[in-house]
Amino acid sequence: MVDMRVKLGSVTLANPIMPASGCFSTDLAQVIDLNRLGALVAKTVSREFRAGNPPPRVSEVEGGMINSIGLPTKGIDYFLSHQVPDYKRFTPPLVGSISATTIEDFEAMARDVSRSEIDVLEVNISCPTRDPKGGNFALHAEHTFNVMRLIRQTTDKPIWCKLSPNAGDVVAVGKAAEAAGADALVVSNTILGLKIDTDSFRPVIGNKFGGLSGPGIKPIIVRMVYQCSKAVKIPIIGCGGIVKVEDVVEYMLAGASAVMIGYLIFRNPSGLIAIIEGLEQWCAKRGFARVADLTGAMIDEPPRETYAAAAAPIG
Amino acid sequence: MAHRPFASAPYIVGKTAPVAAEPHIPAEESLCPVVSHDWVNAEYKHLVVDASPKALAVKPGQFFNLLCPSPDEGELWLRRPQSVYRIDAAKRRIEFLYKCVGRGTYGLAQLKHGDDLNMVGPLGVGFTVDPSWKHIVVLGRGVGLATLAPISQLAADNGIGVTAILSARSPEFVMAGDLFAKVGDVIAVLDTDGSSAVENVEVILTRLIAQGRADAFYTCGSNRLLQLMKRVAKAHGIPGQVAMEQVMACGLGPCYVCVRTFEVDGKKELRRVCIEGPVFDLQEAVGW
Repeated sequence: MVDMRVKLGSVTLANPIMPASGCFSTDLAQVIDLNRLGALVAKTVSREFRAGNPPPRVSEVEGGMINSIGLPTKGIDYFLSHQVPDYKRFTPPLVGSISATTIEDFEAMARDVSRSEIDVLEVNISCPTRDPKGGNFALHAEHTFNVMRLIRQTTDKPIWCKLSPNAGDVVAVGKAAEAAGADALVVSNTILGLKIDTDSFRPVIGNKFGGLSGPGIKPIIVRMVYQCSKAVKIPIIGCGGIVKVEDVVEYMLAGASAVMIGYLIFRNPSGLIAIIEGLEQWCAKRGFARVADLTGAMIDEPPRETYAAAAAPIG
Repeated sequence: MAHRPFASAPYIVGKTAPVAAEPHIPAEESLCPVVSHDWVNAEYKHLVVDASPKALAVKPGQFFNLLCPSPDEGELWLRRPQSVYRIDAAKRRIEFLYKCVGRGTYGLAQLKHGDDLNMVGPLGVGFTVDPSWKHIVVLGRGVGLATLAPISQLAADNGIGVTAILSARSPEFVMAGDLFAKVGDVIAVLDTDGSSAVENVEVILTRLIAQGRADAFYTCGSNRLLQLMKRVAKAHGIPGQVAMEQVMACGLGPCYVCVRTFEVDGKKELRRVCIEGPVFDLQEAVGW
């Protein structure tokens, strides 16, 4: 028996596998048993109704997909009255996700959503596509600190800060979130991209730019998880391009305590459950009694001397 | 060329049984062996697979989200939604009739007898029939005809008469004419002789209404025909349903990629084709 539990501050998950916000809803109960997930992560909600961005909202690219959905939401009232009770039909902890355009509204959203039965508040300060210029709080350490500090003063719920890989210095932003009182970092949101149709000469995505996700971005995000884990003491949740058990292991070796999975839900909806089962088998086979022992276990030696490495056996 | 996913535990038809899950889970990811896969003309292929028990519960108008093999040196990173053409409960088979138009369908076209097709489904809201109806009219064009075949079969099974108006470029592309002929009257209208013109189709619809043979309308595959049917249905107070398509990702609801515009009481709203459709009320559909 492998102990699959992971601890993220005051929150303990039955296993480290969560869906990524925006890629999950209780609609997934059509194909999998949601009670087996480490946590349920709701789609980002904002105060008012949002229709979202003009279609086409998604396109394939090599290595994954590019999307610009635009955070469609029925607004906070519907979230609290309908969606939270709907999620609470299931047993895993519920992570609510909020977004806002001003720091004041972020604070008010955090206050209002915290009055519900959510277990964790994810603060989505990093959606790359709701502002077509690609801007958001998570691009700047100072903005991140200011918004996260206000939210920290507003709520007693654990707060997870979702970072942006589009920030110039993601480590500095992560440190700012920690300093402001974040309980964990989610690393990360999608990478802003552009795909052009070579027949029509027009952007493929209706909103022009879109967020890149899928296996193609995984090494970039694993690197960011590693760098952040060296710089902060709070737990890190790895998110980006996971499609198999070894990807989860890789994120945990880099320093993640848990992971979120998005793209794979689209590709293989049964994959979330397959990964939970496969991760337990992987740990058993490799002699890990606790999956949590993988966190930060990458062997981190200084690079070898070039001539010695070039004279060494392969592998 | 069996296409192996990165990580999944799908139901494998004829090989393993899934662990009985406590909650009711109506759809699944399953690997369905290809029984046959033939070109029916220069553009359309007919695909028959052995289906899992859950897949076989598919209703007319519902769809599967298919993981298609790649047709080239790249990889396909998203599934492709495909409505069902025929449900053969006796042989436990599901059939698709599709047009090869892009990488997904050209990739799908490569599947051979014995290959596994990874299908997620059945998904979405299908067509409905009212047992009190005596006669329905289905109007489709091109590949939309495939989607209308199962509802015609269901109507016939319930003793409801069917008139199928099949619109196509030329006689070669009148899809599934023989299948519709088994369940009702077939009227083929063509571009080649001008009979597919909207004005002519309107004359046919109006005649069917006058004959009392139009208790409900069903359409798929053409925006022009959708607008026509919507207008005629409204004028005569006839209920109607339309099956729609849109670029899709998850096929399950969460991602909000596949939205289309609908209008209720003069107010526009977006609905997801995958879970609020793909079958919608004819009068609420704005079209495309």
